[in-house]
Amino acid sequence: MATAEHFVFLSALLFAIGAAGVVIRRSVIVMFMSIELMLNAANLTFVAFAQRLGNVDGQAVVFFVMTVAAAEAAVGLAIFLALFRNRQTLNADEIGLLEG
Amino acid sequence: MSETAFYLLAIPTVLAASGVLLLRNPVHCALSLVVALFLIAGSYVALDAHLIAALQIIVYTGAVMVLFLFVIMLLNLQPDPDEGAHVLAKLGAGAAALGFAVIVGAIVGEWFETAPPPAVLAADFGTTRGVARTLFRDHLTAFELTSVLLLVAVVGAVVLAKRDRV
Repeated sequence: MATAEHFVFLSALLFAIGAAGVVIRRSVIVMFMSIELMLNAANLTFVAFAQRLGNVDGQAVVFFVMTVAAAEAAVGLAIFLALFRNRQTLNADEIGLLEG
Repeated sequence: MSETAFYLLAIPTVLAASGVLLLRNPVHCALSLVVALFLIAGSYVALDAHLIAALQIIVYTGAVMVLFLFVIMLLNLQPDPDEGAHVLAKLGAGAAALGFAVIVGAIVGEWFETAPPPAVLAADFGTTRGVARTLFRDHLTAFELTSVLLLVAVVGAVVLAKRDRV
């Protein structure tokens, strides 16, 4: 019988993969996708505990996280468009304006 | 949900998520992420979150990922042959991520040992009715603020992506 515990472990694994993706990959857009993966892992934890504790509040939080993530994706991708127009690259190593 | 069904769901999810990490071509990464998000929606169904599962497919695998693919293809991003950090950094990140998962696993495992027994779920748990009741009774202010946030995001995205900025 698979319980909420199994899904919390799964979400820990997904979060770890997303975190590693942000560190390892240098393409800004792939780093952004890894962040989406981490957000989803957090959502999975919320849903798992909502089911375990019988409290719908966890699912309401997931609803808000999804809305914020959608807003974040729209703004983030617009920033990438502006960035690519100005620098012709989306490689994080070549975007070092603040390095001084 | 049986243990076998869980692993049939979990293993492809982890593989698809790893695809985001390991594939060279950004388009392949995005498609891999679509599969991962779709399978996470399956996990939501298994956890009685039916509304959230539907929203996950509509909002994430639908809208957000189409936006990602649109931007990748608009910018015509090519797979970078030198993509990726130093080998040591990769190994370090992998080890740190694995360590994180193990630590979280240990903490959560301990919590579940002493946790109260699983709650008996209400009949409308996770349905549109159940979630909407919580959303509109207990979180109405947050819900309304969300609409303001989305409006700000739309305006911000248009201003940022506009060619001739003032």
